[in-house]
Amino acid sequence: MIEVLRRFGRTGLRFFERLGRGNIFFLHVLAGVPALVLRPTLVIAQTWSVGVRSLIITVVSGTFVGMVLGLQGYNTLVDFGAEESLGVVVALSLVRELGPVVSALLFAGRAGSALTAEIGLMKATEQLDGMEMMAVDPLRRVVAPRFMAGVISMPLLAAMFSAVGVLGGYFVGVGLLGVDEGAFWSQMQSKVDVYEDILNGVIKSLVFGVVVTWIAVFEGYDTVPTSEGVSAATTRTVVHSSLAVLGLDFVLTALMFN
Amino acid sequence: MTRPKPLVAVKDLNFRRGDRLIFDGVDIEIQRGKITAIMGPSGTGKTTLLKLIAGQLRPDAGFVSVDGLEVHSLSREQLFLLRRRMGMLFQSGALLTDLDVFENVAFPVREHTDLTESMIRNLVLMKLEAVGLRGASHLYPRELSGGMARRVALARAIALDPMMVMYDEPFSGQDPISMGVLVQLIHRLNDALNLTSIIVSHDVPETASIADYIYVLSEGKVVGEGTPEELGRSRSEWVMQFMHGLADGPVPFHYPAPEFFDDLMAEPLR
Ligand SMILES: Nc1ncnc2c1ncn2[C@@H]1O[C@H](COP(=O)(O)OP(=O)(O)OP(=O)(O)O)[C@@H](O)[C@H]1O
Ligand SMILES: [Mg+2]
Repeated sequence: MIEVLRRFGRTGLRFFERLGRGNIFFLHVLAGVPALVLRPTLVIAQTWSVGVRSLIITVVSGTFVGMVLGLQGYNTLVDFGAEESLGVVVALSLVRELGPVVSALLFAGRAGSALTAEIGLMKATEQLDGMEMMAVDPLRRVVAPRFMAGVISMPLLAAMFSAVGVLGGYFVGVGLLGVDEGAFWSQMQSKVDVYEDILNGVIKSLVFGVVVTWIAVFEGYDTVPTSEGVSAATTRTVVHSSLAVLGLDFVLTALMFN
Repeated sequence: MTRPKPLVAVKDLNFRRGDRLIFDGVDIEIQRGKITAIMGPSGTGKTTLLKLIAGQLRPDAGFVSVDGLEVHSLSREQLFLLRRRMGMLFQSGALLTDLDVFENVAFPVREHTDLTESMIRNLVLMKLEAVGLRGASHLYPRELSGGMARRVALARAIALDPMMVMYDEPFSGQDPISMGVLVQLIHRLNDALNLTSIIVSHDVPETASIADYIYVLSEGKVVGEGTPEELGRSRSEWVMQFMHGLADGPVPFHYPAPEFFDDLMAEPLR
C-alpha cells in the first residue's frame, strides 16, 4: 500500500519536475526568438524541412478528408432536400475543426517526430555540447529556429489542408453527385464568416503549432543521450502532442463557439 | 623559485557522479605557453576534468580559474566570452553531421565574426591544410574515419585562434604516420600561435615527447606530477606502473566492484 503511494508520489513529482523544466526551456527558447530576425536564413532553412516537407502528406490527406466529407454530407443532406448546403457543411467542418486538428496530428507525426529525433541525436553525439564549447548557444542556434519554423508552418499547413479539402468536397459533391455548382459556392460564401470561423480556425492552428513544436523540441533537447533514449523521446513526442492537440481542441472549441 | 601565474588553476577540486567520488581534492596548474598533459587510466575522469575547466560541469567543492576568471561564478554571457578563447577537441570529434567538413570548420567563424566569404574561405582552407585534410573539405562527417574526424575537429578548435586548446585523446585512432604528424602539429601550433595546450591522453611515449609538464591522475587524486624526465625517474609505484604500462601495481584495471567471489555467489538481481 505504502509502496503504491510512494510510487504514485514519485511519478507525480517526476511529472511536475519535467513540466517545470519544459516551461523554463520554453522561456529560454522564446528569449532566443527575437535574435532570429537578424538571421532569417536559419528560419527559412528550417521552414523548408519542417513545413514544406510536410506539405505532400497534408495535401493528400486534406483532399481525401474533403472527399469523404462531400460523400457523407451529401448522403445526410439529401434526405432533407438540403444538398445545396453541402458547400457550407464541408467548409465549416474543415475550417473550424478538421483542418486545424487533422493537420496538427499529421504535423506531429511527420515533423514533430523528425524534430525530436534530430535534436536528440545531436545531443547523443555531443554536437550540442560541442556547440556550447564553441560559445554557441544551442537553444538559440538549433532549437529557436526550429521552433519558429514549426509555429510559422502549422497555420499555413492547416490552411492548405482546408483549401484542398474544400476542393475535394467540390469534386465529389458537384462533380460526381451533381450538386448545383452555384449553390455550392454561394452558400459557402454567405455562411462562412471571416472572424467567427476562419480566424478562429487560424488561432487554433497557431496554438497547435506552438504546442506541438514545443513538445517536439523539448523532448529532443531533454532526451536521454542514447539510441533508446532518442527512440523513446520520439514516441513520446507523437503521443503527447497528439493528446495535447485533441485536448486543447476541446477547450478552444468550448471557448470560441459556445 | 616563484612560478609565473598559471593560465588555468584548479584548486582542491571535488566532484561526484552519483555516489562515486570522481575527484577528491585535485590541484592542477597549467602554465601559459606550455603543453601540459593529463594522463591516467581509463575512467579516472580526464574528460570530466576538461568539462569542469570549460564550465560545462559544476564542481561540488573547490574552484577552477582560467586567465584569472573564476569559471563557475561567471554569468552565461561571460562564460561564453571566455569559451571563445578556448578550443576543445572532443574525444568523439562532435562534428555537426548536417554540415560538410568545410562548413564545420567555418562554423565558429561564421557564428562569431563578420568576415567576408573569401576571408572565411582562406582561413578555413588554411586550418584544413594544417591538419592535412584540405582535400576532404567537401566530405560529410559520415564519410570520414574516426581519425580524420578528430583532425577536422582539431582544425575547428583552432579556427578562431584561441589562447588555449584542450585536446581530449587526440592520438587514439590515428595510424602511426598521422599520429606522428599530429604530435608535431600540436607542438608546432603551440609554439607558432603562442597557445597553451592541455592534452589528455594515454599514449605515454607520444605525449611525453612533447609535454612540458605531466599530471598523472588516478582514483580521484593527482598521484604524480613533473616534467617527463622527472616522471620517468619517479620511484612512485603509481607513476611507474602507468608510465611503463605494467599490469601489476596500485592502479586497478577494474571499475570498483564487490569481491568477484561474492558477486558470483550473490542472488541474481531479479
Ligand atoms: N554522464 C555521466 N553520468 C554518470 N557518470 C558518468 C558520466 N560520464 C562519465 N561518468 C563516469 O565518470 C567517470 C569518469 O569519466 P570520464 O569520461 O571523465 O573518464 P576518462 O578519464 O575520460 O576515461 P577515458 O580515458 O576512457 O576517456 C567514469 O567512471 C564514468 O563512469
Ligand atoms: Mg575521456
